[in-house]
Amino acid sequence: MRVPTRTTRALAVATAGIFALSACGGGSSDEGSGGGGGDGAAGNPDGTWSMYIGEPENPLVPGNTSETEGGQVVDSLWTGLVEYSDTGEVEYTGVAESIESDDNITWTVTLNDGWTFHDGSAVTASSFVDAWNYTALSTNAQGGSYFFANIEGYDALQAETDADGNVVAEPTATEMSGLTVVDDTTFTVKLTEPFSIFPTTVGYTAFYPLSETFLADPEAGASAAPIGNGPFQASDPFQQGVGITTTRYDDYAGEPAKSGGVEFRVYTDINTAYSDVQAGNLDVVAPIPPDAIATAQDEFGDRFDEAESSSFTYMGFPTYDERYSDPLVRQAFSQAIDRDAIVDAIFQGTRTAADAAVAPVVDGYREGACTYCELDVEAANAKLDEAGFDRSQPVELWFNSGAGHDAWVQAVGNQLRENLGVDYTLRGEFDFSQYLPLADEKGFTGPFRLGWVMDYPSAQNYLEPLYSEAALPPNGSNTAFYVNPDFDAAIAEGNQAASPEEAVASYNAAEDILLEDMPIIPMFFGLEQFVWSENVGDVSVSVFTRVNAADVTVNG
Amino acid sequence: MGRYVARRLLLTIPVLIGASLLIFAMVYALPGDPVRALGGDRPLPEAVQAQIRAEFNLDDPLLIQYGKYVLGLVQGDFGTDFAGRPVLDTISSRLPVTATLTAVAIVFEIIIGIAAGVLAGLRRGSFFDNLVLVTTTLVVSIPVLVLGFVSQYALAVRLGLFPVAGITQGLYSYLLPGFILAATSLAYVARLTRTSLADSLRADYVRTARAKGLDRRTVVVRHTLRNSLIPVVTFIGADIGGLLGGAIITESVFNIPGLGRAVFDAISRQEGAVVVGIVTLLVFFFIFFNLVVDVLYAVLDPRIRYE
Repeated sequence: MRVPTRTTRALAVATAGIFALSACGGGSSDEGSGGGGGDGAAGNPDGTWSMYIGEPENPLVPGNTSETEGGQVVDSLWTGLVEYSDTGEVEYTGVAESIESDDNITWTVTLNDGWTFHDGSAVTASSFVDAWNYTALSTNAQGGSYFFANIEGYDALQAETDADGNVVAEPTATEMSGLTVVDDTTFTVKLTEPFSIFPTTVGYTAFYPLSETFLADPEAGASAAPIGNGPFQASDPFQQGVGITTTRYDDYAGEPAKSGGVEFRVYTDINTAYSDVQAGNLDVVAPIPPDAIATAQDEFGDRFDEAESSSFTYMGFPTYDERYSDPLVRQAFSQAIDRDAIVDAIFQGTRTAADAAVAPVVDGYREGACTYCELDVEAANAKLDEAGFDRSQPVELWFNSGAGHDAWVQAVGNQLRENLGVDYTLRGEFDFSQYLPLADEKGFTGPFRLGWVMDYPSAQNYLEPLYSEAALPPNGSNTAFYVNPDFDAAIAEGNQAASPEEAVASYNAAEDILLEDMPIIPMFFGLEQFVWSENVGDVSVSVFTRVNAADVTVNG
Repeated sequence: MGRYVARRLLLTIPVLIGASLLIFAMVYALPGDPVRALGGDRPLPEAVQAQIRAEFNLDDPLLIQYGKYVLGLVQGDFGTDFAGRPVLDTISSRLPVTATLTAVAIVFEIIIGIAAGVLAGLRRGSFFDNLVLVTTTLVVSIPVLVLGFVSQYALAVRLGLFPVAGITQGLYSYLLPGFILAATSLAYVARLTRTSLADSLRADYVRTARAKGLDRRTVVVRHTLRNSLIPVVTFIGADIGGLLGGAIITESVFNIPGLGRAVFDAISRQEGAVVVGIVTLLVFFFIFFNLVVDVLYAVLDPRIRYE
């Protein structure tokens, strides 16, 4: 049979068309990847670059942005009272000239002159006080509200709720009595209790100032282009699923950005972003996807780097469960786990075995602070015998599903079986939204996985919100339901200390008490791997696991 | 015809109500506490959680929640997601993207699928026929996810023929993802066309037409193709709705900000209003395109009458 000629021709035209289009594409993407190689020392100060982010949960409002995705953008658009050095120390390179107190209760914040928002208005004491009141007021439903809980008058801004969590009465005030504007560049903060590290906390996202334009109509402000006071400014609103493009803010009062602008591109799947940086269409991916870790270093060479992150993974014990109420049992479990083996086998060295309850990125970390975090099978078994632990019943290990915890929790189980002769059952059937309420309701019947990422660089942030009596659910994250007055006293002592050094000594004392009682067993500290294209240089990641966007230079 | 269309359109109302209630109930039945999950490792203050629950009527029983939702809809309020963004904004910014992707996919299905099917059907047993059979079998048996990642790596990352991700290069960005989205359906279209054409070629009326001395092209195009395209059109019509919803995987792989991704995110955050809004819209499109197909029958085969 003969093929009808017209059909053949049509097909040929269609095919040719597709190939012609492909050819165009090839050309344009080649151009994209053809940036200048090497680390151009001078760089191109007006060059722009792009980086990966995931979809932020909320509109880009500082008080409502606690996750990393939006945090990365907010961090680039805003500058807080203080900034942090690479080692997590407070630096007065932000809006504040000084933050001082005689009694650790009343703090006087003095601002530098010359700071402006992207809309041109001045950053004043009211920009902070009004922003903090806005964020703290419960009817505004801002996720960062709890950061102001230690400021006098915070409770009056919280709607009253009954036992079922329903609002029964509106907040009685809209401004915290502890905040007072003295003049344009000075305001005072009165806390309910002494807190020696207060200046360390205020560099966090939730404490950023808000412009009058935003505060006049927050709803409109949240959907408009964010108005910050940071090194980069946005001219358009954040586009869901797409991202946001920013340009350097030329009237910025701090150290200016070293590039002309950065485009934050939203990717649903980080593997796609990684492919895009391989193809040279995207400049920075941090962190890289787990699948790529094995090959990234070879592929990117000196365009691959690693940074310590603040993330801390631990396993909590249900101390309310009789089986795990004896500290000897908890110490034994900790000593039966070979963390290094798990790091090598499961994480390919992309985490470090935890040897303390405070991460290495903050002041107050002590190497080997945890005496029971070393593998010691003999001691572990002896302790288990002494405690009279029933080894005939399996241990239930809890983790949330779908977040990649299966493999390492199972490895923990295998080690417990091998080293302690206790069988285990995996309980990974709940997703995060079911797992968390379970934690709050004392629902766990065995060791459970949890993680923590710091809010501000202080040992206190790794201790008080996780193990103090005040942090018992539903108010906080003390899901091990650990209560020890000695621990709380040591934390309080640190909070009242005269100097940061003295505070650290008390926090260390608290950590020692914790690691003797072992309501949790430290597992891993985070390491973050990241790669960048030939187009950019000076890529670094902060202790908050965020790319230092203002420092990035563009080549060529 | 007009009455037929009107009746069909009226029928969509109960279907939409039923569908939205069903979806609403399914989101409602999802276990877990989405408001607690918002806070992550550190719970939001109780008063803030209560505020969010009250805003989204999360404490109400299912039917009351649904009632309030529909009441809002009637007043033109599609609700908001947990972050306070109007659902209508999400839909209006993402619908054009998914629509473009779907349109590209449909064009591929029609052009490549029908062409391959026709050629194979006309030359059964030939090399080309076998080629179509083998490739379609292959495409159908490989999961879309694999197909997407492999083609992305080979054609975009390694060869640089297409953009790896995103929609920044206009229509050109949609070609590869559109083709991947169409791949499975395209294979079905090719096979359906081939079989259908082959059947028609053996029919009596074709023999009659040939016996009358009509030339081959007229026989194939006028007499055979038109008849054999009826099942193909049915398939493509139904497929439009399917593609709209099935874009979740393709949109994720190629990072296309469409409805598929929006609905995926919303499900994982248990944001009822967003899920219901988008899925109900998809249900509507599905019904609509099926109606269009039914009407098209009359064009293809004048013997088909409505009423």
